[in-house]
Order: sequence, then structure tokens, then C-alpha cells
Amino acid sequence: MAAAAPATSTGPATASTPLLEIFGLTVGYGWEGRPMSTVVRGVDLSVGAGEVVGIAGESGCGKTTLALAATGLLDPPGQVLSGSVRFCGRDLLALSQRELRTVHLSEISMVFQASMNVLNPVMRIRDQFLDAMKAHGVEDRDGAVARAKEMFDLVKVPRRFFEAFPHQLSGGMRQRTVIALALVLRPQLLVLDEPTTALDVVVQRSILEMLDELRNELGFGVVFITHDLSLLVEIADRITIMYAGLAVEQAPARQLYEGPRHPYSQALMRAFPPLGGERRRLEGIAGQPPDLRQLPPGCSFQPRCPRAIAGTCEVVAPPLVRFEAEHWAVCHLYDRVDDHPNVTDQGLGEDHGEKGATVG
Amino acid sequence: MSLTRAWGRTTGKRGPLLVSTLGAPGAPRQAAEEPLAVLEVHGLTKTYTVGRVGHQRTVQAMTSVDLTLAPGRVLGLVGESGSGKTTFVRTVAYLERPAAGEIRVLGRALPRHPSQRRLREHRAQVQMIFQDPYTSLDPLHTVRYSVARPLRSFDVVPRRALAGAVDDLLEQVGLVPPAEFLRRYPYQLSGGQRQRVGIARALAAQPALLLADEPTSMLDVSIRLSIMNLLLDLQRSRSLSMVFVTHDLAGASYMSDTIAIMYAGHLVEMGPASEVMGSPRHPYTQLLREAAPDPDKHFGASRRFDARGDPPDLTNLPSGCPFAPRCPHVRPECRAELPQWRAVSPSQKVRCALY
Repeated sequence: MAAAAPATSTGPATASTPLLEIFGLTVGYGWEGRPMSTVVRGVDLSVGAGEVVGIAGESGCGKTTLALAATGLLDPPGQVLSGSVRFCGRDLLALSQRELRTVHLSEISMVFQASMNVLNPVMRIRDQFLDAMKAHGVEDRDGAVARAKEMFDLVKVPRRFFEAFPHQLSGGMRQRTVIALALVLRPQLLVLDEPTTALDVVVQRSILEMLDELRNELGFGVVFITHDLSLLVEIADRITIMYAGLAVEQAPARQLYEGPRHPYSQALMRAFPPLGGERRRLEGIAGQPPDLRQLPPGCSFQPRCPRAIAGTCEVVAPPLVRFEAEHWAVCHLYDRVDDHPNVTDQGLGEDHGEKGATVG
Repeated sequence: MSLTRAWGRTTGKRGPLLVSTLGAPGAPRQAAEEPLAVLEVHGLTKTYTVGRVGHQRTVQAMTSVDLTLAPGRVLGLVGESGSGKTTFVRTVAYLERPAAGEIRVLGRALPRHPSQRRLREHRAQVQMIFQDPYTSLDPLHTVRYSVARPLRSFDVVPRRALAGAVDDLLEQVGLVPPAEFLRRYPYQLSGGQRQRVGIARALAAQPALLLADEPTSMLDVSIRLSIMNLLLDLQRSRSLSMVFVTHDLAGASYMSDTIAIMYAGHLVEMGPASEVMGSPRHPYTQLLREAAPDPDKHFGASRRFDARGDPPDLTNLPSGCPFAPRCPHVRPECRAELPQWRAVSPSQKVRCALY
């Protein structure tokens, strides 16, 4: 598959060189001698300094595995089968466990879905901050405390909770605290895997706003993984849509929102009811994602695709078609783009009927 | 053992009864020309006692909720965790005994201590769909058993018609061909399929009212919509009434005719879905609306969002309006007493001193 990002380069991240560059990353799970299921297949991704890159897709499409492999956190039976991950020009996959430990937290930080549970329940939050900083060579204890408290201010958790145990904090505050911990050593890249899914909408929104402010202030790059595409288009600069381990479309958030090209992206976009407007019936995505051990030949999405071309899609793997510099999709529909001028013009189905008020 | 005895007298603690403009508790039924409401709830209140002996606190989970639901209508009950929306449906289904208040289904009030027989009659009319399809089906029983059980216990069909009725139900919820699912155990089903079994089980009793407690929140994005559509189709074809509980405003407006917003156990706003979504009036509804993803509105523009504090502590609710501590428009009278319901349009009303 063709590369999505410009040519490789080495050296520290600048405005022109991305922070994180992933090329053709292929990851599988399986024990020796047993069939391997490939859950990430040749994914390219780049993240620049201060940029928010979103990854969206259904459960099981490989989002989390991609994030784990790209940050060197993949444990057996998972293994990187091919491809490369460069962070600030360094080959991340070639680093030893020891070297990775120094990279984690100080240069790359991760926040996961249930990460409010990563805090040790029997340790004061202060000690968990100090431990983490000490492990990364911050010897000056008073300085470390000051730095941690500064982070508390930034994530808007009252300083009095610095001495608290995790159970004394609400879910939202715990998640803020974890983000503070992730950022205390000022990493250049923050990987967030469904960081707000377990939280209420209001709490979720205030955490996202806070992250945005922090990013403006500290300038780190963000990889944001979620299944909530309607949320992602609001907060991401660029979005990659994954299906069955493949990146099937990538575009700037606005372009993806206004004109998704891949039928899967289109279906995913329509899977979220709008907040307002006329009430009309929407359809979900029929069928289920394929078994990754027995992928259909040709396009993986073809069995569920409403626009599959008979004789082509189930036989030949689809090509990567570039619509604009930053917008491409992997789909047969666009082999010759000119043939399909109204590619996104899809009816949304029957009207949902009159709404009426009765209750009250 | 009778249920009254089993549930004992420990839950007798009464919450404060608040005055309501919606008609006094025990108000006479609606006039003859209006259709009989499927569900009428007056002053429904639920408290829990938590903490160890000597350190007990009272959680005010739901305070004096008044609601009426007409036949064939869908009410979207929206609120955050701890707002009391699950408590509401569980109390209406009488899985929890209310601390105070009245529940009327099809005009018939449920006594405070219903007999087992009366409770069964109630549950034949009111059925629940639970949030978590992974724990709400008995793992030791097949799909056939789970769906046939209510058919038998509520004497819905004669014994010889049981197998056919189960097949029918499975077909209606889209588990086709039924023969393929009858013998399966929950672990052999996907989340979406399990939720369909849960829906079939709820329908089996032929209820008049369906209480759906966040039925899609545990499911993957791609299946949520199909479950919502299934519920809407069934609701329409059977003219069921439904309470659809959710924390997702967009989902509520997709499903519901009417939306009711709950905060800290109180209903704070109610009206037609389009009005509540289009012009939310209560400051809390406005906060929820502002927090929900809405790309059309928020593209590019960096929004200023202020949650203004944390969710309420239900063991220590302020006097007056529960939202007052976070409200940007708070007035002295808000802290003094809970505002009355006020009509802001012929069909939309709000419990806020601003109007």
C-alpha cells in the first residue's frame, strides 16, 4: 500500500518532520506454532508536534493494538510482524525494554480507557507522582512536588487532593489526575485510548477542553482513539478510519465530516443520530466485522458494503486513491474518481414520521 | 415466602414530600375523552441508606418525581450517572420499593405493599430491558428458556403454543432463523444478539409499558442504531409505551416523543423532544446540550465550556434547587426553595426560577 505521509526523515521533530511516523505497521497475535491473527495490517500514520490525530472504528478494528505497538507497549502474544515506528527520528521498535522505560512518560505518555483505575489504591497520589518522577531521574523532591502541584492546577484538580488516596476522588477527577501524571514530565506525545468513554458527557467535555488548553500551552502531539466519531471530528485535526486492521480512509477532520469517501466511513458517520434537526430514520451498519483469521479476499468491508461492485470488490484488494494531499481512501469506488461525482450524496432513508407531544 | 415479608420493613424511610403543581398525589384519573395514561407517577421518591452502622447517611436518589406517559408514546429520560434515572425505572418496575409516592399503570394504582399476585400483574404490564446484556441473561439457561419463561409465568400462551410463540418472538427481534438461536447459551451470542434476547424476553409478557434502561450503552457503535431501530419498530407495531433511559441527548432525541431531564433525582425539564433539544430552558439542560458533540455547530470554533463544578453529592443535597451551586444564573430564592414547575410553552415546562 502506498504511504500516506511524506518521505522518511531523521532528526528531532520540527514543524516539518512529524513526531511520530508509522510505516506499514503490521501486528499479529498468536503463540508459536499456532495460526497468527493479524489485527493491524500495514498502517501508516504520522503525528506532528501540537497535532491531534484521531483514530476511529468499531471494537476489534485494531485501534488499541495499533496504539500499543506504536508506543512499544505490546506484550506477547502480540508481536510486530513488519513495519516501522519512528519517534523523533528514532526507531522505537529497536529500543530495549530499559530504553523504552525511559522514553515512556518522559517522551511518550499513554492514557487508557479505564485509566482512573491505574492509580494505586493504597498509595497517596503524591507518592505516585513522586515515584514516577524519581524513576525518571527527578531527584529534587521539593522541585518534584512543586511540579506535580503545578500539574494539578493545570488539570484543574484542587491541590488539597494531592495528599489524597485515589478513592477519595470522583471518576472525572481521577481521570484528570491520570492525565496530570501522564504530562508531568512534559512528554512530546500523548496517546489517549478512549480516555473519556467511561465518563459522563459534562465531565467528558470539560476534560476534553482542558486537554485542548494543555496542548496549546505545552505543545504536545496527541493520538486520540475513540469509537465516537461525532466527538472525534470536533477535536481532531486529522482522522484515520480503521476497519479490520486496515486504515481505510484518512482525511482532515472537516473533510471527513463533510465528505467521507469510504463506504465504511460513511456508514460510521451515519451511525450517530444528530443532536437536532428533523427526526429521520438512520440505519446502522449491517453485519459484523470479519473474523481476522479468515479475512475475505479482496476488500475486507465488501461483505457489509452497500455499494460493493460485483466481480471486483470480492476479488481484488482495493487501491489507495488520493483525493487531496491529506485525504485518501482505500476503495474500488474511486478507481476513476471522475466517474463518481456524487460519491457522498446518499439518502438517509425514510422520514421518521411526525413528532408529537403527549406527555406531561 | 411472601414478597412483602421478604422485603421487610427496613425500607420504610420516607423522603421529604414536595408539593407539586402537577396535580396532587392520588389525583383523579383523566377525563373520559382522554386516553387512559399508561403510566402515572406522583411524588415518587426513593432513598437508600449507606454506610456502616453509626455512620449511616441517606442517599436521596430520587425526589418527588411526577410523570404521565400516554399510550404509544416514548419518553426519553436523560441524565448523568447518579441522576436517578435508573432508580426511576427500577422503582416503576417495582424492583425497588419507593420511599414515597404513587405508581399507576393503566389507571390502576400499585399498593404500597402489593401482594405477590398483584406484583405479578404489575410485571405483566411493565417489563424492563437492562443496560448490560452480559449480566442480565442467566448464563446457565438457553435462549429458548429465557424467552419461554415469561410466556409461561404470565400465562401468555397455552402450553402447546409455547414453541411457536418463542420462535415468533425471536423472529420479531431479528434473531433469524430462530432455530439457530434457541439452543444457544448467552456466551455463544454477541452483545447485540444478547440484547435482542433481552428485548424478546421483555416482549414475551406482552407488556403495555417497556422500560429500557440504557439498552445500547454497552454495545458497539455499529449495533446501537439497529437496536434503537428495533425498539422503535416494535414500539410502533405494538403501540407500546416506552421509557428510554439514556445519558446521550442525541440518542434520546432519536428515540423519543418527549424528553425529561433529570438532575440529582429531580426532574428539571420536560417537553417535546424537538423543543427540549431545540431550545433547552433549564440551565442544566443547556449545560448538557453544550457538552454533547455537535460538529455542525462547533467546527473550528474553540468553545468555552465550563462545567462549573462537580456532580451533586446525593447524601448532602442543598436545600432549594439542586442545580443552584453550579448554576450561572442562580438567585437567592433558588437556594431557599425548590422552584415550581413553570410552563415555558404549551407543551414544555421547566422547574427553574428564571421563567
